[in-house]
Amino acid sequence: MQEWANQLCENRQFGSKMTDSKYFTTTKKGEIFELKAELNSDKKEKKKEAVKKVIASMTVGKDVSALFPDVVNCMQTDNLELKKLVYLYLMNYAKSQPDMAIMAVNTFVKDCEDLNPLIRALAVRTMGCIRVDKITEYLCEPLRKCLKDEDPYVRKTAAVCVAKLHDINAQLVEDQGFLDTLKDLISDSNPMVVANAVAALSEIAESHPNSNLLDLNPQTINKLLTALNECTEWGQIFILDCLANYSPRDDRESQSICERVTPRLSHANSAVVLSAVKVLMKFMEMLPKDLDYYGTLLKKLAPPLVTLLSAEPELQYVALRNINLIVQRRPEILKHEMKVFFVKYNDPIYVKLEKLDIMIRLASQANIAQVLAELKEYATEVDVDFVRKAVRAIGRCAIKVEQSAERCVSTLLDLIQTKVNYVVQEAIVVIKDIFRKYPNKYESVIATLCEHLESLDEPEARAAMIWIVGEYAERIDNADELLESFLEGFHDESTQVQLQLLTAIVKLFLKKPTETQELVQQVLSLATQDSDNPDLRDRGYIYWRLLSTDPVAAKEVVLAEKPLISEETDLIEPTLLEELICHIGTLASVYHKPPSAFVEGSRGVQHKRLTSSAGSGESVESPDTGSAAVSEAPPAVIPSQGDLLGDLLNLDLTPPTSTGPPPAAAPGMQLGAMDLLGGGLDSLMGDESEPLGGDIGGSPAMGAGFGAPPAAMPASFNAPISGGLDDLFDLGGGGMTMGTYIPPKTVWLPAMKAKGLEISGTFVRRSGVIQMEMTLNNKAMSVMSDFAIQFNRNSFGLAPAGPLQILTPISPNQSIEAALPLSTVGPVMKMEPLNNLQVAVKNNIDVFYFSCQYPISMLFLEDGKMERQVFLATWKDIPNENESQFQIKDCHLNSDAASNKLQGSNIFTIAKRTVEGQDMLYQSMKLTNGIWVLAELRVQAGNPNYTISLKCRAPEVSQCVFQNYETVLKN
Amino acid sequence: MIGGLFIYNHKGEVLISRVYRDDIGRNAVDAFRVNVIHARQQVRSPVTNIARTSFFHVKRSNIWLAAVTKQNVNAAMVFEFLYKMCDVMTAYFGKISEENIKNNFVLIYELLDEILDFGYPQNSETGALKTFITQQGIKGQHQTKEEQSQITSQVTGQIGWRREGIKYRRNELFLDVLESVNLLMSPQGQVLSAHVSGRVVMKSYLSGMPECKFGMNDKIVIDKQGKGGTTEDTGKSDLGGGSSGKQSIAIDDCTFHQCVRLSKFDSERSISFIPPDGEYELMRYRTTKDIILPFRVIPLVREVGRTKLEVKVVIKSNFKPSLLAQKIEVRIPTPLNTSGVQVICMKGKAKYKASENAIVWKIKRMAGMKESQISAEIELLPTNDKKKWARPPISMNFEVPFAPSGLKVRYLKVFESKLNYSDHDVIKWVRYIGRSGIYETRC
Repeated sequence: MQEWANQLCENRQFGSKMTDSKYFTTTKKGEIFELKAELNSDKKEKKKEAVKKVIASMTVGKDVSALFPDVVNCMQTDNLELKKLVYLYLMNYAKSQPDMAIMAVNTFVKDCEDLNPLIRALAVRTMGCIRVDKITEYLCEPLRKCLKDEDPYVRKTAAVCVAKLHDINAQLVEDQGFLDTLKDLISDSNPMVVANAVAALSEIAESHPNSNLLDLNPQTINKLLTALNECTEWGQIFILDCLANYSPRDDRESQSICERVTPRLSHANSAVVLSAVKVLMKFMEMLPKDLDYYGTLLKKLAPPLVTLLSAEPELQYVALRNINLIVQRRPEILKHEMKVFFVKYNDPIYVKLEKLDIMIRLASQANIAQVLAELKEYATEVDVDFVRKAVRAIGRCAIKVEQSAERCVSTLLDLIQTKVNYVVQEAIVVIKDIFRKYPNKYESVIATLCEHLESLDEPEARAAMIWIVGEYAERIDNADELLESFLEGFHDESTQVQLQLLTAIVKLFLKKPTETQELVQQVLSLATQDSDNPDLRDRGYIYWRLLSTDPVAAKEVVLAEKPLISEETDLIEPTLLEELICHIGTLASVYHKPPSAFVEGSRGVQHKRLTSSAGSGESVESPDTGSAAVSEAPPAVIPSQGDLLGDLLNLDLTPPTSTGPPPAAAPGMQLGAMDLLGGGLDSLMGDESEPLGGDIGGSPAMGAGFGAPPAAMPASFNAPISGGLDDLFDLGGGGMTMGTYIPPKTVWLPAMKAKGLEISGTFVRRSGVIQMEMTLNNKAMSVMSDFAIQFNRNSFGLAPAGPLQILTPISPNQSIEAALPLSTVGPVMKMEPLNNLQVAVKNNIDVFYFSCQYPISMLFLEDGKMERQVFLATWKDIPNENESQFQIKDCHLNSDAASNKLQGSNIFTIAKRTVEGQDMLYQSMKLTNGIWVLAELRVQAGNPNYTISLKCRAPEVSQCVFQNYETVLKN
Repeated sequence: MIGGLFIYNHKGEVLISRVYRDDIGRNAVDAFRVNVIHARQQVRSPVTNIARTSFFHVKRSNIWLAAVTKQNVNAAMVFEFLYKMCDVMTAYFGKISEENIKNNFVLIYELLDEILDFGYPQNSETGALKTFITQQGIKGQHQTKEEQSQITSQVTGQIGWRREGIKYRRNELFLDVLESVNLLMSPQGQVLSAHVSGRVVMKSYLSGMPECKFGMNDKIVIDKQGKGGTTEDTGKSDLGGGSSGKQSIAIDDCTFHQCVRLSKFDSERSISFIPPDGEYELMRYRTTKDIILPFRVIPLVREVGRTKLEVKVVIKSNFKPSLLAQKIEVRIPTPLNTSGVQVICMKGKAKYKASENAIVWKIKRMAGMKESQISAEIELLPTNDKKKWARPPISMNFEVPFAPSGLKVRYLKVFESKLNYSDHDVIKWVRYIGRSGIYETRC
């Protein structure tokens, strides 16, 4: 079985071969044969040389697994160097040759008893790296002994080995009581043993979020703090990272821990320093702000953070990403340290960009003159990205520090005079923001800006310029000519520019109606009739209707006063920031993303939070401000399929065997009950629900939102709409869930093709568990047994979570029902169609292959309901190219019934609004691989045809999702 | 934790590949090559995420070291480890080059097995490692039981950086105070930022397990003593030559080698430790106040029409006339469209280096309180490039025989109670070297 499974993936596993001239001057066929002979040579030296050659081949990716028995034969040796080499080979190939790996067990067990502690440790260390079940069994006894070994070197190695074993077989570790032994090691006399035990326990605890495995209490904390003073730099990091997870009982304990951690800030190892900073930042929350010690601590934090900037550039980068977080959480720490963030000419670009970010965050009235002088200097550098960012930074300073605005504007004008194309464009974009922040103050510069109209070739700059012209149309004599010139190439412009142009011309018309009637007609017809972009069309229609029904109202709406834009930009959302502070020093703090965004499986899914003392009076945002959803929203690091990174997904970085724990057995009996509900409630809900809301309700607010430039959308668009939606379109939480739609079983494998075995089946998702339900029918004359199942790599990594449970042989003419729980952590490869699944089934007769398609709703997660704010932001954020529209014909449900039905398949309705008898449902769903799909479903009363628009960062899934809508709605 | 560690040559061929975790497949090796080493655009971050796998890399000459993980690891630790890995390799076989790595690949695997277990860094002090992993392979089989347990207790013990039983006929120690002074100055001579980052490097050849105590003119300590707070350190064996200069200096921040007892420093501000044998870095520090800037650069750049630049640069040395600065080099950047340069300098030699787009002016020696000048005429080719020349700053290199921060070593006392030598028997040497870090003047 195992071998057969290997066959399925074999061609992938060793697909990449490289050559390295030094080790492989020849690649002739006889090489393996020669090595074989040398390995079996009597001479020790020759043997060793041969093993070295084998290792060299292994390094460069050559398959030398054929030499397995010969290499293992060399293991029985007194020569430690040779032994280590053989072990290295074993670790690499044991998994592919499990039966032969057993040959090595005896030597391992013997070595674990060796007199030399170095050899005992080596044996237990290596054994833990061999991921073969049979070997694992033999590992338990030696490991138990080594955990209690008299030599600390062996104990510290054994401690890590428990974590290795847990990774292979968690249950075994628990059953054997290794966890308790590991806990005992926290009290070990040797600091390195303590550190490794802490590291191992922390890792194991991550996969058991609620186990309280580490059981941190004041006594253990005390032990850890003692070990902290004595162990290696790495051990200090393990201990500090573990300490950061502890929640002190009161501020006194908090302070005493802080006092014992602060000396670490002087360690030469930057990671020790950053981990200590993490502990302090976290425990500081507990301290009352009026405490003297609180102030002392704040002062102590600045110097070590500054010192990090004299480390090597890579570490500087990590430090700067973290300082960016720290500055947002506690600006007071570094407020006087602006100068150290000045960019040096020779800094690597990644350091420069990060420093610039922090400079802007620290900019204040006190230091703005210096900052501006620096930024102006940077704007003349070579690197385009850096220059752009510097120009943008000048604009941000203007918005942040009012006193400096004037100087910033004149600096920007100077830069525009350089006529460097991208500098000019960047400057215009930021000047637009300055206009919004300080209306009627700097409009004198418009004339200068207009001179550069021609050179703008980037959409954002064009849009900004058009906004300026529209907004100040009354002061620009030839505004109509300027806008008209843009109109000529209307269809070649990007959506951003088109939308802006539409709004600007409408503004112009409302300000100078007599001369521009023709122009506005032209743009409205371009937007509504000749464009197939729904956003543009909708906006066009809204303006058209507004202008034709009530021009006065139109004026009020379109020329309404705009909300002020905020001073701080790019701030990390507070709950996410809190979580990231708990992850200082780690990858999460480098990416500025929660671990769940880039870590697979159960690890790192726990969200860490800062705990603040009740007395401190500091406001901590309530957890339900929609931030949770932000942190779960698809982060940019997940490559969308189809681009370069997406292709790499197919590279399969995960080895073929799945190690995820099998999901809990599905409650099989619920099926009937759920079905009943599904059928019955359907009509019930349909009768009850009334269309909610009237017309476009919040239109004045909406209009104002539309009038604003797209760059400011998050500020101006969000607020009014969501406000309106809350009152008018709330669904009233119709929380009835319907049963999941389960497609009827279809024949997947006809008996004709499989020597009498007929398989029909379907897929179900119940309480989060995906199951493949099959009927196996024996239409042959002989008994069938020994069933096994295997999937080919597929788009969403579906894989059996356990073996196929068919316990009794199937006699002729008998059929048997089997349910196979599935996991989604298998290897990934894009399939065509996307939901195609290729399956191989084996029995005592032969291996049979078939393919079937699963409804994509199997992959919709139960937590796929997006927060409204996030939905709006995400919808806007996904480029329009990713939107696809479909028609669902002949569907006679009303919108609420449809919504309920879809909810049964984990398609969640977030909001609903009704416009002229047409219901629009906004829905979201989340796939198991973290991809979000957003949908807008339009249902017109009396019209059996629905329109659905789908937006997703991976547009490939749209077709599948649409098909799923169709099947769910029609059944 | 770290899932795997790869070393590549400049072509992207793997020289070393060690996988520690099951979630890292062979394909990760290729993913890094394709997306980072062979990337069409130079990668703009030392951390790269490819298909949910994170790669950390550092480059040493043309060798790439990459650590891979699928978990939320401590990123600072990974980089510290990669640097440490480089140090360990350098200590074993010298320069990190393709040649050396290939010739020592067995040793490297052995080291990787020892210093990284399941992706967790273990003891990586070269001193300790060398006791049981050697280039000739392991010493293992020839050791007595006592030796073995001594090794293991050292590797895991509190003093992992020093072995017992070291003996020298002559107990001797060398202290080097190495400072690099950094400056960014505006064309008008205003100091935009300046700091000194210093290191105290110690070479110790001491017998036994000596307890050392290091003292310097740290403002906090001196002030404390002035008030009569502690009378503990009365040993005034002044090691620093001449008592001239400032009495004490304000240290912004300092970090120590892991041998220094940090809690003691935190509470008493005293620096006590048992040193490793041989050379190591005792401490690093940074100061920003009252820095002696050894040189002042006064630039004057004038554009004469579109095709000519006139540059005049004056340097002034600012330290005691009795001291000599060495290896002075002033680098004046020239525009990319330079067609010819004529230079006249009062002292030293100056040359236009077209490949480096700079005029390099070298002076071997220069005493304090002196002044020198260079003037150059730069001919430019007419271009229609609208973008102005960015005018990179003028940079300087030099070496001076004093510490620009004003730091003075006050004492380094050695106590070894078990062996019969005392502090007076130890021969001690102190040396101060100030070098230019990034020493730039904008023009």
